[in-house]
Amino acid sequence: MEHYNMNLNLKVWRQKNKNDKGSLVDYKVSGISSEMSFLEMIDVLNEKLVADGKDEPIAFDHDCREGICGMCSMYINGRPHGPWAGTTTCQLHMRAFKDGDTIVIEPWRAKAFPVIKDLVVDRTAFDRIIQAGGYISVNTGNAVDANAIPIPKDDADKAFAAAACIGCGACVAACKNASAMLFVSAKVSQLALLPQGKPEAQKRVLDMVAQMDKEGFGSCTNTGACEAECPKEISLENIARLNREFTSASIMSEE
Amino acid sequence: MTLNSKIPAGPIEKKWEDYKGHVKLVNPANKRKLEIIIVGTGLAGASAAASLGELGYKVKTFCFQDSPRRAHSIAAQGGINAAKNYQNDGDSVYRLFYDTIKGGDYRAREGNVHRLAEVSTNIIDQCVAQGVPFAREYGGLLSNRSFGGTQVQRTFYAAGQTGQQLLLGAYSALERQIALGNVTQYSRHEMLDVVTIDGKARGIIAKNLVTGELERHFGHAVLLCTGGYGNVFYLSTNAMGSNVTAAWKAHKKGAFFGNPCFTQIHPTCIPVSGDHQSKLTLMSESLRNDGRIWVPKKQGDTRKPNEIPEEERDYYLERRYPAFGNLVPRDVASRAAKERCDAGFGVGASKMAVYLDYADAIQRYGKIEVGKQGLDNVSKEKIIELGKAVVKEKYGNLLDMYSKITGENPYEVPMRIYPAVHYTMGGLWVDYELMTSVPGLYALGEANFSDHGANRLGASALMQGLADGYFVIPYTIGNYLADEIAVKPIPTDSPEFLAAEKATADRINTLMNIKGTKSVESFHKRLGKIMWDKCGMARNAEGLKEAITEIQALKKEFWSDVKIPGDINSFNPELDKAGRVADFIELGELMCKDALDRNESCGGHFREESQTEEGEALRDDEHYKYVAAWEFKGESDWQLNKEELIYENIKIAARSYK
Amino acid sequence: MAKEAFFTSSIGRKLLVGLTGLFLISFLVVHVGINSTILINDNGETFNTAAYFMSHNWVIRVMEIGLLAGLLIHIAMTLKLYFDNKAKRPVAYAVIDGKANSKWYSRSMALLGTLLLIFLVLHMSDFWLHTKKAVYITHENENPFEEVKEAMTKWYILIPYLLGFFSLGFHLLHGFPSAFQTLGLNHKKYTPMINAAGTAFSVVVPGLFGAIALALYFGLVK
Repeated sequence: MEHYNMNLNLKVWRQKNKNDKGSLVDYKVSGISSEMSFLEMIDVLNEKLVADGKDEPIAFDHDCREGICGMCSMYINGRPHGPWAGTTTCQLHMRAFKDGDTIVIEPWRAKAFPVIKDLVVDRTAFDRIIQAGGYISVNTGNAVDANAIPIPKDDADKAFAAAACIGCGACVAACKNASAMLFVSAKVSQLALLPQGKPEAQKRVLDMVAQMDKEGFGSCTNTGACEAECPKEISLENIARLNREFTSASIMSEE
Repeated sequence: MTLNSKIPAGPIEKKWEDYKGHVKLVNPANKRKLEIIIVGTGLAGASAAASLGELGYKVKTFCFQDSPRRAHSIAAQGGINAAKNYQNDGDSVYRLFYDTIKGGDYRAREGNVHRLAEVSTNIIDQCVAQGVPFAREYGGLLSNRSFGGTQVQRTFYAAGQTGQQLLLGAYSALERQIALGNVTQYSRHEMLDVVTIDGKARGIIAKNLVTGELERHFGHAVLLCTGGYGNVFYLSTNAMGSNVTAAWKAHKKGAFFGNPCFTQIHPTCIPVSGDHQSKLTLMSESLRNDGRIWVPKKQGDTRKPNEIPEEERDYYLERRYPAFGNLVPRDVASRAAKERCDAGFGVGASKMAVYLDYADAIQRYGKIEVGKQGLDNVSKEKIIELGKAVVKEKYGNLLDMYSKITGENPYEVPMRIYPAVHYTMGGLWVDYELMTSVPGLYALGEANFSDHGANRLGASALMQGLADGYFVIPYTIGNYLADEIAVKPIPTDSPEFLAAEKATADRINTLMNIKGTKSVESFHKRLGKIMWDKCGMARNAEGLKEAITEIQALKKEFWSDVKIPGDINSFNPELDKAGRVADFIELGELMCKDALDRNESCGGHFREESQTEEGEALRDDEHYKYVAAWEFKGESDWQLNKEELIYENIKIAARSYK
Repeated sequence: MAKEAFFTSSIGRKLLVGLTGLFLISFLVVHVGINSTILINDNGETFNTAAYFMSHNWVIRVMEIGLLAGLLIHIAMTLKLYFDNKAKRPVAYAVIDGKANSKWYSRSMALLGTLLLIFLVLHMSDFWLHTKKAVYITHENENPFEEVKEAMTKWYILIPYLLGFFSLGFHLLHGFPSAFQTLGLNHKKYTPMINAAGTAFSVVVPGLFGAIALALYFGLVK
């Protein structure tokens, strides 16, 4: 593949802290290689900002930089994680852009994800949703032999596909309602598809949805934006399964 | 000082059982009164926190990321070993034990490793019970694959995301304990010091990374589950935030550092593409199951890979190591790649890469599919199409990642790979109970030195992290805490806590007040270059001595010329990074010192002075069959303590994969 | 979860929207079926018979109340969800590339619904009120066909109607499959069929309504 260098105009959301109002600020970067990752491009800008000493470098979440930890979270030109399908911000490479492009970078925006600084948001709401029931209650040492319960490959594969969620929050960022249904449905589906998850399935789905609502996420209107933007391509089928699980649990529950 | 590894007496297969049968216990009412601090929430930390919370201890967990689920264990791709012998191919606890000791080039403790092999099977059971969706066969039973350095199929996996699935399992168990109130989680918190009182670890100083405030936390015991220190090389497969700070602070408070120079360089990573490179990405070892590694037979060959005919390709691993072929252990594969590139056979623009080729595998799988589907008169193209589909099913996510990073299609063109820093076998010295040389201070997972000797086998890091957290520490910590039940929580305004907090605050102030001219990043890059050039895949005495001098100079420059923007009392990632880089610089010096001291080649530690005629690593068991446990004495001043390694069950021999 | 919590939960509310939506869809089938009799071109005889039945049969009367209730629930729930959802993103994005990940009509259901509601008010005042007055107050002889014909020959009535059918089409295009998704009916084998049926329904039903109106306007039906 041909390499090329480019100059770019960036408009980056700057916000000192959660109480600051914040605004988009213009920056220029030059000599960006098409081989760089998007975050390496931000690194270049940050090094420049440190050297200039005028603005603080841009705060942004990132860690593994290989698309699996779910930490990176930039809303790039109107799309979470930018233009490539099935790709996190850290795996987005500058080949996606051309010389002279303007790139607008914003944080995830949702009531349930307040901004901490610049592009960094607080996603602990997701942890609290998992705390509400995103687990199988098995203490260490209680397990039977791993092959004692055969699980149809199809179910195991579907559970895995749902479990591939990295909890980055792109679904919330993409959704016009800031709904977390894709995230919640991924965990509910994973555990509902496996025999080990069955005993608690009813309570799990009721509690997780209640927590999701409490955290201030919106409701799902089935636009499909979450699925289209999910870096792990979690399927909308999971949301249908969540709806199914929730409705039947609501009907069957004795409370 | 003599080191007591506390390995129980008795035959190897009875040691752990006997230990468990006689270890002191803490009754449930007392457990509620005992507080445990766990730093790091990766496989080791999350599994330990969940298990100890379940037992009834009061646990606090800390991680610098925004959620415990982000810990870098999540990035492990290939799999987790366990001696289940589900494949009926001759696996056993002994064989896993043996493979691990041999793979570690006879520099690991027999007792620890045997225990690891024993509990490996429980880990798989536990994870399946938690809902970890391992790969399965059509019959519904678990699937296995092979990894380097073994001749059985004992690796359990979940596509190329095994670490993620295992971590999410441990994370969910941890979140459950948080919901039950047994564990309190502190995210975006970084541990900046261990507090010791009367020689025992009694708490930590942590920084709230959002507000910049320092916090004092008490614990009857402190567990460091903070991972490895590969980022000392700047470029590694570690996460950007992975750091040595917690372990290093513990080291400076009296915890010995074991075998710091033992670094694993992983053979199959995506090569560096330019100066902008911020990290390296691993391509799972599982790819060596089916991929073949080669370079052109002609030096400086500039033809495209697909234009080089079969007979002009050198499948050098298959040539040099016929018994294990492409599945030799990581250290061996890495060195072989370096040898070819140094000799001028490298490929790609930088000439620092070799090919990992799937063309054969695509052909092979394509033909199998033709047979399976009973097709007749199949064209070449159809075979390739069918083969690609199989390869995609098995390795799709890895190959996609390669293609995103490089812009090349690995189904058409061989991948370019090169070794990169991946894992550190060295770490805090711990005894059989995982306690460091500071009473009450433990180290689990990659943060300790214990199980992998001088080289770790693939799919064993996940095994060790979870073994330590789920099945070892819940027993061994009781042995210590049973004597602590009378100790009331120590108020965090006691003089020791205040002094530790003040020292931490002073260091931060000093850093901020340097107001120099060079960015933190630039120092980290320079440190990385020194380490990679002189303490990387091949090391020699002269280079190591130079490196020590250079690092000392770099340290001086750092503390007089680093420039850190922003404020102390706000979210300031540059400041946090500065603290970590300062610690990496000190660690780098110790690594070089250790590498210099160990004048033998073993596992990932290759001293050019010590090799066979064929260029294989040459161990010196007579002089170096020990764990180097370094004791911090003062600035650039360490004392070496040796723990002799005793092999009663395995006959040590030259490690051969030919 | 307590009983009352189901209908205040986000999924419970959505379920009500979906169920009432499907109920309203079933009404559309009847409505378009009766209207289509106009195309028989029998001077409105069949249509008038059907209309008479619809306005005088007591079973239909009861169902009419159900229909109204369904409509009101559908509107109330969607309005509630719309305003709730709007509040979930207090700071708006500067740039949104919506077309990259979803269809415009799926993001515009509230707008399309509001247009439909306006149309409905017009429609009711044109015909439904009139019929009620005739049945219960003035006891005039009804000829709904003539009323419809008269109305549809006026361009200023025809155009809002055509806009109404347009809104209905796109509202259905998202609403039809969406209702099934909300009910949890998503299946590899059947979902493509449901989606195809939804698309066909969204084209055929508003298309028929429109065709009838145009046929009347251009005098193709007398």
